[in-house]
Amino acid sequence: MNSYLIKRVMVLFPVLIGMTLIVFSIIHAIPGDPAETILGQKATEQSKQALRNQLGLDKPWLQQYFNYMGDLVQGDLGTSIRTKTPIAKEIVPYLAATLELTAASMLFATFVGVNAGILSAWRQNSWFDYTAMIIALIGVSMPIFWLGLMEQLLFALKLHWLPSIGRMDQRNPVETITNLYVLDTILAGQWDQLWTVIKHLILPSIALGTIPMAVIARMTRSSMLEVMNSDYIRTAKAKGMSQFLVVYKHALKNALIPVLTVIGLQTGALLGGAVLTETIFAWPGVGRYIFEAISSRDYPVIQTGILIIAFIFVVINLLVDLLYAAIDPRINYK
Amino acid sequence: MKKWGNLALVLMLGAGLALSGCGGGNNTGNAGNTGNTGGNTAATNAPASLPETSGTAQDTLILGRGGDSASLDPAIVTDGESLKIAHQVFDSLLEYKPGTSEVQASLADSWEVTPDGLSYTFKLHPGVKFHDGTDFNAEAVVFNFQRWSDPASEYKFEGDSFDYYDSMFGPDGSRVIKEVKAVDESTVQFVLNQPQAPFLQNIAMTTFGIASPAAIKEKKENFKNEPVGTGPFVFKEWKRNDSITLDKNTAYWKEGLPKLNKVIVRSIPDNSARFTALQNGEIDLMEDLSPDDLSTLESNSALTKIERPPFNVAYLGFNFKKKPFDNVKVRQALSHAVNKQEIIDAFFAGQAQAAVNPMPPSLWGYNDSVKDYEYDLDKAKALLAEAGYPDGLPDPVTLYAMPVSRPYMPDGKKVAEAIQAEWEKIGVKTVIESPEWATYLDDTKAGEKDDIFMLGWTGDNGDPDNFLYTLLDKDAIPGNNRAFYVNEELHTLLTGAQKETDQGKRTELYKQAQEIIKADAPWIPLVHTTPLLAGKANLKGFVPGPTGTEYYSEIYFE
Repeated sequence: MNSYLIKRVMVLFPVLIGMTLIVFSIIHAIPGDPAETILGQKATEQSKQALRNQLGLDKPWLQQYFNYMGDLVQGDLGTSIRTKTPIAKEIVPYLAATLELTAASMLFATFVGVNAGILSAWRQNSWFDYTAMIIALIGVSMPIFWLGLMEQLLFALKLHWLPSIGRMDQRNPVETITNLYVLDTILAGQWDQLWTVIKHLILPSIALGTIPMAVIARMTRSSMLEVMNSDYIRTAKAKGMSQFLVVYKHALKNALIPVLTVIGLQTGALLGGAVLTETIFAWPGVGRYIFEAISSRDYPVIQTGILIIAFIFVVINLLVDLLYAAIDPRINYK
Repeated sequence: MKKWGNLALVLMLGAGLALSGCGGGNNTGNAGNTGNTGGNTAATNAPASLPETSGTAQDTLILGRGGDSASLDPAIVTDGESLKIAHQVFDSLLEYKPGTSEVQASLADSWEVTPDGLSYTFKLHPGVKFHDGTDFNAEAVVFNFQRWSDPASEYKFEGDSFDYYDSMFGPDGSRVIKEVKAVDESTVQFVLNQPQAPFLQNIAMTTFGIASPAAIKEKKENFKNEPVGTGPFVFKEWKRNDSITLDKNTAYWKEGLPKLNKVIVRSIPDNSARFTALQNGEIDLMEDLSPDDLSTLESNSALTKIERPPFNVAYLGFNFKKKPFDNVKVRQALSHAVNKQEIIDAFFAGQAQAAVNPMPPSLWGYNDSVKDYEYDLDKAKALLAEAGYPDGLPDPVTLYAMPVSRPYMPDGKKVAEAIQAEWEKIGVKTVIESPEWATYLDDTKAGEKDDIFMLGWTGDNGDPDNFLYTLLDKDAIPGNNRAFYVNEELHTLLTGAQKETDQGKRTELYKQAQEIIKADAPWIPLVHTTPLLAGKANLKGFVPGPTGTEYYSEIYFE
């Protein structure tokens, strides 16, 4: 197991290097003068030229790439052109905001999705099954943008149950320690603040989590159906075990393996979908950070941001693979 | 692991995710302390906020806007969002009278100009202090101007450039300001290399707000994250892409101001989400209302509509590098075939006026005797025939329509489609192209791909020079003159007007310039828009400024 782990971690490096190469060449293939976009219509020609020199944009791109990689190896993630602040310092609150949102969305998606899938399989062809699968179908095809706006309209504007934007109540701000506000309010023991933070999380997590929820529900259902028909389940039933235990203890364990893969992939996909959700809900996360960098051609931020997301994605995949082994002893990594 | 329930396993996945976030979750420098009592500030040892004033009147303003500041040091930015915040933290020597572009005293109480226009002497307001407690005086003014003008200044930090200083007072090598001298503690003298007519207008810009020299020396690069000025509000905290918090400057030199205790400016990129937040009471004031939401706003008695004075222009520019748009008859013909009023009714919810000249009518020097090319398709056809195209243009025209929403043009593509339909009627086929914004600006600047392009401009200061010379003089090629329009007579007028210090004479020069431009028709000026804001009905004292910046110091809630 340990040697497998080391091997997997070693494989990460070529993957990430390949990633930097792809990102770097794509970004530099995009037309448009970054100096003009960064400095705006009102900047002088002189300062645009100065910026091009400073960024090395007048050099061949391969040389630019090696310079960039050189800095990266030394732990320098670069400096944002727009804000003129080191990215390593700047990105932390964004990353925390996105991770909090992604975690909440996946909790919602997994909890609702897995249970809906199980119940649908358990009561196959019942009204619950049909309803759940229709909802899942709608969920998969729902544009995040539209869902988010509809949620705001209903739960914020009409019912006044939940706040429509942001991470906290600005009139009574949360004290930041880790930038993960749920954790921060718990650490500070501010329980009313915790509730406010959770309320702010609900609408965006549902918007972001609906698609993965639907995918997970459908995957769980089909995987469960397959397992439920196998011999060992029949044996368990014959032993007189309760339905609940059969389903949640014996069947789920084996049915969960393909579901885990889906969860891993969906979590990665969420990082991409986060841009839309973060825009509608004014969520100051890494998706918006990268989006704004793209629209202002802030090259260092785009590169580093995408690299960090790729890194998280790869790590999630690794975790999923390791979880397989934990769940199913037949899977043996030697 | 085996003993664990499977559900726990599932939950663990989520927790694992959250934990991976904790690893990098240190607190960053600019996140600071967010205690809401206002005692502990990240920026300075500024005076603590006053206790809540009596009664129930609200004393915190939450403003929602579309984007975040790029930097809080006004000298190094050119974007409007950055300047909005700087306007609250810094004062300039002069300022614009609220709601106008007229210059009035600010940190300078009075000023004298020598008849040759080469020397300006400012008397500074006595007893003003920066937020860090140091004195504002003539030396501080000298320090700031030296920082901006000296390319080797040790206070010009890596990556910084003082673009506005360069563009208003000339780049290094051809500076307008020769030197800035502290005559005594409260008198400062500017000596110019050549007269500059809009000098006072320029000095009043937010970008030339006076910063605390002590704070710049102490904070160095970090000054752009923790600004210190003399303004009505003290910077407290900046959460990037989220919010900027400003506290009341209790020692502000203007008596009785500011009226609010605290201002929080939030970035909410989506227009309709911002409007939802306003209706839901999460913010008190919002910028850039979509014209589509106007009827909802007007039907809500708890909210009020606020109009920013029109100080912009949206236009179609003809690319003189391309045939047949170098032919004045063709340009005039197409000018006759645009129905501006119909466009305004359809896409601006009436919140715009048809543009005749390249500058807005509210600006002095506007020539209201210039007649627009009236909407007349027969005339258009006749002019095309005169130009040698009796059956319309042989080739389709590439029309560049803006891919992004701008205050002067909320939806460029739809407007382009309306124009396309009109031109079709006179035999001009159009292909609309909307490349992504950076490419768009690049292409129009190069002038190789577009035949006709759509663009606009919001004025920076209250001077016609900032519209006419900046956008249509031959000096602005390559750059803002994307039509590649060259007229020597116009150039003589505009550069002459820059050196003329008598405003009456300048007005005459600019009026002549507008006539020349109309006759040459390098542009079809489309509209001057009235950007919309919306706020709570009990919000008072907000006077929107034409250039997009305004003081929040007079705002209060009833």
